[in-house]
Amino acid sequence: MTVTEKEVSRQILQLSGANANLCIRCGRCTAACPVAGQMDQKPHRFASLLLHGQADTLLRSNSIWLCLSCMACSERCPRGVDPARLVEGVRQYAVRPRGMAHFSPDQVPDVVDDEMPQQALMAALRKYRK
Amino acid sequence: MKQYSYFPGCTLKEKARELDLYARQCAEKLGFSLQELPQWQCCGAVYPMASDEIAPKLSAVRALEKARQQGQDLITVCAACHHVIKRVNDDMKQGGDIADRANRYLGFDTPYEGQTKVVHYLEVLRDEIGFDAIRARVEKPLTGEKIGAYYGCMLLRPSGVMQFDDPESPSVLENLLAALGADPVEFPMRNECCGGYRVVDDAQAAGHTARRVIENALKNGVEELVTACPLCRYNLKKVAGGQIRVSYFTEVLARALGLLKEGGINA
Ligand code: SF4
Ligand code: SF4
Repeated sequence: MTVTEKEVSRQILQLSGANANLCIRCGRCTAACPVAGQMDQKPHRFASLLLHGQADTLLRSNSIWLCLSCMACSERCPRGVDPARLVEGVRQYAVRPRGMAHFSPDQVPDVVDDEMPQQALMAALRKYRK
Repeated sequence: MKQYSYFPGCTLKEKARELDLYARQCAEKLGFSLQELPQWQCCGAVYPMASDEIAPKLSAVRALEKARQQGQDLITVCAACHHVIKRVNDDMKQGGDIADRANRYLGFDTPYEGQTKVVHYLEVLRDEIGFDAIRARVEKPLTGEKIGAYYGCMLLRPSGVMQFDDPESPSVLENLLAALGADPVEFPMRNECCGGYRVVDDAQAAGHTARRVIENALKNGVEELVTACPLCRYNLKKVAGGQIRVSYFTEVLARALGLLKEGGINA
């Protein structure tokens, strides 16, 4: 049985633990985001797209890979939506089925150098795959 | 001498040894000591935000519970470890499903409910030692050094949980630098992201984010940046191109307290 996009959206909202329905689409999160300029779906769209059952748009977006989890959006959201959690929810939904992992341990030798802290790899493995 | 249960974290044991060594030496000189937790495990580097995550939080819960057994506050120096442990502690305090399941899985004699106080080294300097006492111990004041404090994300946000400093206008590092005799330089991008873990996926893109911070610091006359985060330091150093030195706050602290010998760590 295929899961409908509406159901996927609902699951992501639940997984995120964010308060999407408080969003007033004010755009403060997008204004705060250091990488919004390069995102094809800006942070302020996440709540409404998910509430309207349009998770696929977000799952296909580059935004979930560009996000730095810097929490600037959540800090500056006037409604306590916690949009960083919405981005994380979509990202987790994307990486949990193995097929969509965005980064593989096989790539590690290509990216490390002598100075890169373990913290970087650990974080990337947590964020980009399951 | 007040003792803290100390969670050094993986990065401090490897690539960021200076951060660890200076932290211990400076603590002794300032009258507190760091007692390393036995058998700590990696904090996971990022706080698992999804509402169903338990497994990646367990190492933090174990560390918190050990500190409770020792009856001591849990201190961290690395901004990322501090972030993860403080947020997991908050989850345990809030209770609910995740806390219940973590407790059931770990099977402590008494459930862990967030009793341990989690403190960052900088908070201890500010709230327990005090900047006046630090100023009094300075042997080599950093006179005339234009140092910019780079806070990044992890210490400050989300401010509701971290409660570290004013998230938009922090001051603890500037006040520390002033106590050490330096000329702290406030620059607008001191609490903007350095590019974080994205450096692993796309070093160029992360470099772009880090460069914005460096350029902003340069424009404001910063000659050296200090940070508490190994990943921030790595990202910033990579693009600083020798124009700005990027150090751990513990390095400049050790320098001012006269704990550095020529040519490196006075171990
Ligand atoms: S800042 Fe908050 S309320 Fe405003 S658009 Fe973003 S998520 Fe919605
Ligand atoms: S957490 Fe992600 S979406 Fe939010 S401001 Fe930071 S980079 Fe942008």
